[in-house]
Amino acid sequence: MIKVENLVKAFGPKLAVNDVSFTVERGEVLGFLGPNGAGKSTTMRMITGFIPPTSGRITVGGHDIVEDPLPAKRLFGYLPENAPGYADMTVHGFLNFAAELRGLQGSARKQAISRVVELCFLENVLYQTIDTLSKGYKHRTCLAQSLVHDPDFLIMDEPTDGLDPNQKHEVRNLLKHMGEKKAIIFSTHILEEVEAACTRVIIIDRGRIVANGTPQELKARSPEGRLEDVFRAITLPDTVKH
Amino acid sequence: MNSWANIKAIVKRELGGYFTSPIAYIFLVIFLLLTGFFTFTVGSFFERGEASLVSFFTWHPWLYLFLVPAVGMRLWSEERRLGTIELLLTMPVTTWEAIVGKFLASWLFLAIALALTFPVVVTVNWLGSPDNGVIFAGYLGSLFLAGSYLAVSCMTSAMTRNQVISFIVSVLICLFLILAGYEPVTGLLSRVASPRVVEVIAAFSVMTHFEGFQRGVLDTRDVVFFASAIGFALFATGVIIRNHRAG
Repeated sequence: MIKVENLVKAFGPKLAVNDVSFTVERGEVLGFLGPNGAGKSTTMRMITGFIPPTSGRITVGGHDIVEDPLPAKRLFGYLPENAPGYADMTVHGFLNFAAELRGLQGSARKQAISRVVELCFLENVLYQTIDTLSKGYKHRTCLAQSLVHDPDFLIMDEPTDGLDPNQKHEVRNLLKHMGEKKAIIFSTHILEEVEAACTRVIIIDRGRIVANGTPQELKARSPEGRLEDVFRAITLPDTVKH
Repeated sequence: MNSWANIKAIVKRELGGYFTSPIAYIFLVIFLLLTGFFTFTVGSFFERGEASLVSFFTWHPWLYLFLVPAVGMRLWSEERRLGTIELLLTMPVTTWEAIVGKFLASWLFLAIALALTFPVVVTVNWLGSPDNGVIFAGYLGSLFLAGSYLAVSCMTSAMTRNQVISFIVSVLICLFLILAGYEPVTGLLSRVASPRVVEVIAAFSVMTHFEGFQRGVLDTRDVVFFASAIGFALFATGVIIRNHRAG
């Protein structure tokens, strides 16, 4: 279980994340929805221990990410925004490095790598360096990295960003399928994605949670039953001055 | 134990990174050409008529001034530019392991470059009978010298995502570390300051501490100086990375 309690992150006087609390259990796929700059990435960076929270508490599988980071970090896989990768490494070298840092040795490491290579369709580019990859392949390489140790928890920042419709479809199916056993948090600003893959949705706007429920519950809030109407009604576009 | 496995994985990746790109080979060629040029032409190795590598080691502080920051500038700035720092530091790895791993990889690379200068040792042994103990001490000092410049470059590369800025700042700091104990500068200083002050300033210089090694003297104080310079710069790297993450 990932548990977030009263999470706050201040950058100077600005509150990027303001009193956010939620939990994700195994078997749940939580869609983190919100306009650009709402605090989605900041929240995920705090959950994964990349940046420290200003206040609040985060536990991953019972381990506090600030107090006891290593056991917590072993439990999750993380796909950061823009799917970074070491430009000069081959896909295989990169996955091998990730697996090594995850403590996988010998044949277990080989098996883990071939499993994610198959899962993310990377056979064709296995010995290409990452800087020569198309965006879709680069994205899937980073996705493969987050799955290599078969983690209980997955945290993904815009996992379908920059993918073509076929690839988007594949990733959504993958999330849905893995969500049966794992706890997954993923962020997006694509509403159809939420309906396709999530068991629960949190809408975040200007650092605050403005809605939390199943996609069906949220849809029921609008007269036409459309998630988009709900989203537009409760979040402010960033073109509006506030 | 686990910590060592992580450091090893990072060392392997970084060192591999040098050799898969042409940078490593270009660096090695430039380094070897320059050491040769300074030793034999500028340092007039043959004209000296003595069986020692004085003319070889004398130039190291100046050669490293540009070459070591060129090796170290990418260590952290590249991670920041590519965004892989977010990946690396959310792995079950401590910031310390990452810093030490990266530093050791580059230091090892510099050690390889230095080891490839072995023909000068062969040459001097063939021409005469030098004190190989002194030569060994010189190599050891040179390695420490490279290590402390490298730790400084590590620190400056953590400050920025721009490798050029990282390079320039690190050259400036290393230049200060040289000049504080460089004779023409200390001579100038002693005109305006008391000898005690000049001595204190010079004590911060790598020149003062490298000199002993060149003469074949292994003084614990010199070793402690280089070790603490490396330790301090790497500690500062940790602080900079922490501040960067805290936003």
